[in-house]
Amino acid sequence: MSAITVEGLVVNYGELRAVAGVDVEIARGEVYALLGENGAGKTSTIEVLEGLRTRTSGSVRVLGHDPADGSRDLRDRIGIVLQTTGVERQLTVAEAVGLYGAVYRQPRSVNEVLELVGLTDRADARCGTLSGGQRRRLDLALGIVGSPELLFLDEPTTGFDPSARRRAWELVDALRSDGMTVVLTTHYLDEAEHLADRVGVMSAGRLVVEGTPADLQRRSGRTLVSFRCGGDEHDLAAVTRVAEGLGDRVRLVDGRIELLTVDVTAALHALTGWSVAQRVDLDSWSVAQPSLEQVFLDLVGGADDE
Amino acid sequence: MSERGTWPGVGGLILAQVRHQVRLFLRVPIGLFFTIALPLIMLVVFNAVFGDSTVASEAGEWPTRQFYTGALAAFTAVSATYTNLANTVPVRREEGILKRWRSTPLPVPVLILGQMLGALVVAILGALLLLIVGVLAYGLQVDVAALPNALLTFIVGVLSFAALGMAISSAVSSADSAPAVANATILPLAFISNIFIPLEDPPRWLDLLGDIFPLKPFAESFQASFHPIDPATSPDLGALAVVALWGMFGAIAAVRTFRFDPTPGARASGRRRQRGRQRST
Repeated sequence: MSAITVEGLVVNYGELRAVAGVDVEIARGEVYALLGENGAGKTSTIEVLEGLRTRTSGSVRVLGHDPADGSRDLRDRIGIVLQTTGVERQLTVAEAVGLYGAVYRQPRSVNEVLELVGLTDRADARCGTLSGGQRRRLDLALGIVGSPELLFLDEPTTGFDPSARRRAWELVDALRSDGMTVVLTTHYLDEAEHLADRVGVMSAGRLVVEGTPADLQRRSGRTLVSFRCGGDEHDLAAVTRVAEGLGDRVRLVDGRIELLTVDVTAALHALTGWSVAQRVDLDSWSVAQPSLEQVFLDLVGGADDE
Repeated sequence: MSERGTWPGVGGLILAQVRHQVRLFLRVPIGLFFTIALPLIMLVVFNAVFGDSTVASEAGEWPTRQFYTGALAAFTAVSATYTNLANTVPVRREEGILKRWRSTPLPVPVLILGQMLGALVVAILGALLLLIVGVLAYGLQVDVAALPNALLTFIVGVLSFAALGMAISSAVSSADSAPAVANATILPLAFISNIFIPLEDPPRWLDLLGDIFPLKPFAESFQASFHPIDPATSPDLGALAVVALWGMFGAIAAVRTFRFDPTPGARASGRRRQRGRQRST
């Protein structure tokens, strides 16, 4: 059974069309990531699903409800972690979690929630004194305190350091194994790659592509070839020109030249041939499926060109 | 579908919200100062300066020291409701606190009622404090027969000013301008409403101006219950009607204009600020 069904969703802000016809279906227990650049329509889409934004047209069902009805039952069964919600700064962390938890039918205990998000040692700190990363953890705590069946995470780890991000991922993994459905938006492709069962990429208000992270990598139909150039700057420029004739998105990353190509054999043949003929060493070869980030840049770049 | 248990009782939810609001109020020093401490300071200072004179009234001369307590207690109640809500609700809107509450299953009327009743509790505490100081230090006379009338007037006034505070909180464009709007509306009114200085023979138009706004009718009819010679035991219906009419107007405006989300412009800047904060950590 679906947790979320969206058909033909359109959201206009005056003249501006933020969401231009999105169809999406998310199953119960699934972790779904919406990717896209700023202004792609991710947040508008997710806020309609949360019942916090009015849609212009289209049909939306969330856990059997139309979120526009503002049903109390629905609000009890979802958790929301937004970028734009604040919390009373004068409360302590434990007070805030207790206060918000008390309005749900099935609140988690304050200690359990603080333990889950890693704020136990800040329980008595005023919310106004938390660092940015701790504030996001408190947001997460208030999102899960009502034992939601469906959790919305709008860029949940923005501002986290790497270890805090890993903790947040572990938390989502743990909640997922409890059967919770998660819809998240993120800028971080490694986050989507790590967490999501399925990824939807939005661009200019549309869902341009959808699939599992592995799907998207395969569907791009291209392979990532990268190597190091042993010569001088002149050689580097020369081999880069050769690479540009063989594939797309040629770039220099940490001293390695990367390119995406449809025909690996031809590319390798041409590059090694160049190497022998020019007597310039090319080494540290790698031939791999592109990362989600490269696929994403490929897709969003493609949509922009249209 | 999983069994999610029963809803928390409405009474408990309201009580929790009121407690929450009062707790927040007590933890904000600036609100505490302007609402509770400042009227108390004014009571002491005004009495030190003018305390020995009298105010003329129909029933006879009224010692100023007794006059001030009732007026300032009424003013405290107005600060705790009107000024307090006009200041705090826009901040909560702009910081996304109202938006968060709206995303929870807390019924919206409970959220709004909680804010208003919280202000009401603060108003009662503040006014009581002033009255007690008045009785102990300035010879304020409390006639038990006049207390029901005082209470009725107080409740009507405080509810009306709470409604007006909610209404004005939707009218201000941003949290930054909220204190200015709140003070610019209430302070000039206080001067023409005999709160700080009892006006002796004011020009007719000034008198009338005071009468059509709710502060003077509220303060005067509340004061009248504490008149040393002839305490009012029954309400001044004309004055109460003016106050209640304003309150109803405020309630209708508040219900029609209440917003959870910041205005689109304020939203963008709030979001930028939030992003900036996150980057800096």
